[in-house]
Amino acid sequence: MLTLEAVSYRYAGATRLSLREVSLTLGEGEVVGVVGRSEAGKSTLCLVASGLAPRTLGGTLRGRVLLDGADSSGRAMHEMARDVAIGFQNPGTQLSGVATTVYEEVAFGPMNLGIARDEVLRRTESSIDALAIGALRDRDPDLLSGGQQQLVAIAGLLALSPRHLILDEPTAQLDPAGTRLVSDAIKGLAGGGVSILIVEQKVDLLAGVCDRVIALDEGRVALDGAADQVLRDPALHAMGVAEPSGVRLRRLASEAGLAPEVIAGALRAEAWSSADG
Amino acid sequence: MAELAVEGLVHVYREGGIRAVDGVDLRIGSGERVAIIGQNGSGKTTLVRHLNGLLRPSEGRVLVDGVDAAGLTVAQLARSVGLVFQDPDRQIFAGSVRAEVEYGPRNLGMRGEALGSAVESALAAVGLEPEARTNPYDLGASRRKLLALASVLAMRTKVLVLDEPTTGQDERGVEQVRAVIAGAHGEGRTVIAISHDMRFVAEAFERVVVMRAGRIVLDGSPERVFRGDAWGALASTFLEPPLAAVIGERLGLGSTPTDASLIHALSGRNAGAPPSAG
Repeated sequence: MLTLEAVSYRYAGATRLSLREVSLTLGEGEVVGVVGRSEAGKSTLCLVASGLAPRTLGGTLRGRVLLDGADSSGRAMHEMARDVAIGFQNPGTQLSGVATTVYEEVAFGPMNLGIARDEVLRRTESSIDALAIGALRDRDPDLLSGGQQQLVAIAGLLALSPRHLILDEPTAQLDPAGTRLVSDAIKGLAGGGVSILIVEQKVDLLAGVCDRVIALDEGRVALDGAADQVLRDPALHAMGVAEPSGVRLRRLASEAGLAPEVIAGALRAEAWSSADG
Repeated sequence: MAELAVEGLVHVYREGGIRAVDGVDLRIGSGERVAIIGQNGSGKTTLVRHLNGLLRPSEGRVLVDGVDAAGLTVAQLARSVGLVFQDPDRQIFAGSVRAEVEYGPRNLGMRGEALGSAVESALAAVGLEPEARTNPYDLGASRRKLLALASVLAMRTKVLVLDEPTTGQDERGVEQVRAVIAGAHGEGRTVIAISHDMRFVAEAFERVVVMRAGRIVLDGSPERVFRGDAWGALASTFLEPPLAAVIGERLGLGSTPTDASLIHALSGRNAGAPPSAG
């Protein structure tokens, strides 16, 4: 369990707070989505939840970040990293830069944690399978496309087998098939008890994987509730946050004076609109 | 004469021997808005990097305004073709937003009023005027991405190439990118963009080129490429049509790749019927 208690955070040298009094609990096996406009504090929330802010980034944090109920402020970053893994938006930031093959790259994290060799190999294989990157295993990570690198970076996170996973736009560069693999991996991890915090612009993805969604606005929690409730809340659109495709089409139909059931039936029949039950 | 012509293009990366582009023929006319889509690793980025000479063909050739790009330096090509990278941090280096945007056009020899107005209009196009004196690294990732777009816009090239311009953008950011494309189109510039965002592709472009394994497998209007009979080819490169297209097809409304076209078709169908009680 990962808990933020009234956390406010200001970057070093910044004049304003990037997070204001944010409280949030990430229960075991729970997937919490984070939406918000650009610069609403989403990435900052990821950095704070992972412990990188303020440990590596400096800045000022008020409030508390608790791991399994215990204040984490006394833990060094390498101690945080054993329990919380973070995936960045840009795979270039994520990849080790020292591995010469995809296989080594995926194995890099657990090797660094000092895990037994057999276990490292097992995790590496299963992570490569989960993201369907077996065909890339002998390729040089530096020579892959942006989307392929993103899949490799996520496989590397799976191999860490973290109890808490923070993902900042993990599918930004992925095609729909890659996005679905990531979505399946998230569901699998949550099923195994991993707590996941995920920032995404692709709200259709969030609708499919999240138990809860919070919306950040200017560093504050503006909405917090069950995923299907928050993602249908008209306040989301007013805030400048994209709605799930099905929600948006229903709104547009209603704005055009059409009865909502005109497209509701087609939406229900559609596997693509995971947002709609 | 086509502004850009790619003929029999093959690109094999020397390191690793990967055949990223495997025989592409493509002509793009002056002023066209073309989206390039395809699964990760299908060769999209490799293809567009040939348009400004960042990569050179292993086989085949690229013609810019009828001139073989092989005889032109990257600096010469930069006068015609501006390329915005997927990752803005690969191109941002200046100490202020204005200096960043000035760098390109200054390099092309622009000075004085011409330079000033190119910079101002590019900053305005992406909504970064109030941040002219800000350090680029004080901007969030999404605005750094808009900054990278502005710095290429300011060069006023006839061709703009955008590699995944909407990733990391919120709803308004995507609208801003669409407005930039519409504006460039209005000025007669050619816009080519790589994207995985099918709604953006359907709404902002008149032509969609679909790549799979280094080759073009579909090429046509959004109505054509997202029509029901093309879904198989799309699926072969792991793409799916926008939801509006799917619903339009299910309801027998024809090809409705954009939200607006779906709503329009629905309204048209209902126009003859008595008003709904709901």
